[in-house]
Amino acid sequence: MIALSDYLIFGALLFSISMAGIFLNRKNVIVLLMAIELMLLAVNTNLVAFSHYLNDVTGQIFVFFILTVAAAEAAIGLAIIVLVFRNRKSINVDDLGSLKG
Amino acid sequence: MTFEQFMFYVLAGVAVISSLMMITVKNPVKAALWLVVTFIATAAVWIMAEAEFLGLVLILVYVGAVMVLFLFVVMMLDINLAKLKEGFTRYLPIGAMASVATFAMMYMVLGPAHFGLEITGAPVTHGPEYSNTAAIAVPLYTVHAYAFILAAVLLLVGIVAAIALTLRHRPAGEVLYQDIDKQVKTQASDRVRIVKMDAVVEKSTAPKEEEDK
Repeated sequence: MIALSDYLIFGALLFSISMAGIFLNRKNVIVLLMAIELMLLAVNTNLVAFSHYLNDVTGQIFVFFILTVAAAEAAIGLAIIVLVFRNRKSINVDDLGSLKG
Repeated sequence: MTFEQFMFYVLAGVAVISSLMMITVKNPVKAALWLVVTFIATAAVWIMAEAEFLGLVLILVYVGAVMVLFLFVVMMLDINLAKLKEGFTRYLPIGAMASVATFAMMYMVLGPAHFGLEITGAPVTHGPEYSNTAAIAVPLYTVHAYAFILAAVLLLVGIVAAIALTLRHRPAGEVLYQDIDKQVKTQASDRVRIVKMDAVVEKSTAPKEEEDK
C-alpha cells in the first residue's frame, strides 16, 4: 500500500526540482515555461493523491480545470515568445529589459 | 515491499531523474523530450492513485498537444544555445540551496510523521466495475457546470489571443498574398476586354511564287 506521504513527497520533489530549473535556466524563456509546467504537474499530483485518500472526486475536477488553464497559458506564452523572437531576434531574458523595470 | 510499492518507486524515480535531466541539458529540444518522459511517468503514478481519466488526459493533452507545441516553437526559433547557457554554474549553488531548503521544509510538513499510513489509514479502493470517468463526469456537468462553461470560454480566449498575437501582415512586395474575397467576386467582365475592330485580310502571296517558277 502506497502511503499518502509518498505521493506528497514525490510532488514536493518535482516542485523543488522545477524551482531549481527556474534558477538555473534563467536566460532561456522556453525552459522557464517548461519548468512552470512541471510545477503545475507537481501540484496536480498532490491534488490527485488527496482525492484518492479522501475518496472525494472534487480534487480530480480541480486537476481537470488546472490542466485546462495550463494548456491555454502554454499556448499564449509560446505565442508571446514567438512574437518577442520575431521583433528582437533573441529570447534571452537579459535582452528584454526595455521597460527598465 | 509489495509490487504496488515497487512500481510506484520505479515510476517516481523515472519522473524525478527525467525532470533533473530536463533542467540540466543544454538543448531545449532535449529538455522538451525529457519533460515528455516526466509526464508519462507521472501519468502512470496518477493511474496508480485511481485517477485513470486524468492520467490518460495528461498523456493525450500534455504529451500529445502541449509538448508538441513546445517542440514546434523550439525548432522554429533559431536560438543561440551557448549564450543562453551562460551563468549556469554561477547560479547552480544558490538554485540547489533554495530548492533543497524548500524540499526540507515541505518534507517536515508532508513527511510520514503527518501523512503516513498509520495516520491517514488505507484509502478506499474500488473494484473493476467502478468508472472513474463517470465519477468525474457527474459532478463536472452538474455541480461545476458553470466552471466548465467558463473553462470553455477561457480556451476560446486562448485560441483567439494566440492567433491574434502571431498573425502578421507583411508589406506588399515582400510577399504576395491571396485575397480570397476579391477572387470570389471577380467576374469575366473585370478580366477580359473585348475590342471591336475590322478584320484584317491578308493578301495571298502564293500565286506570285508560282509565276516565278
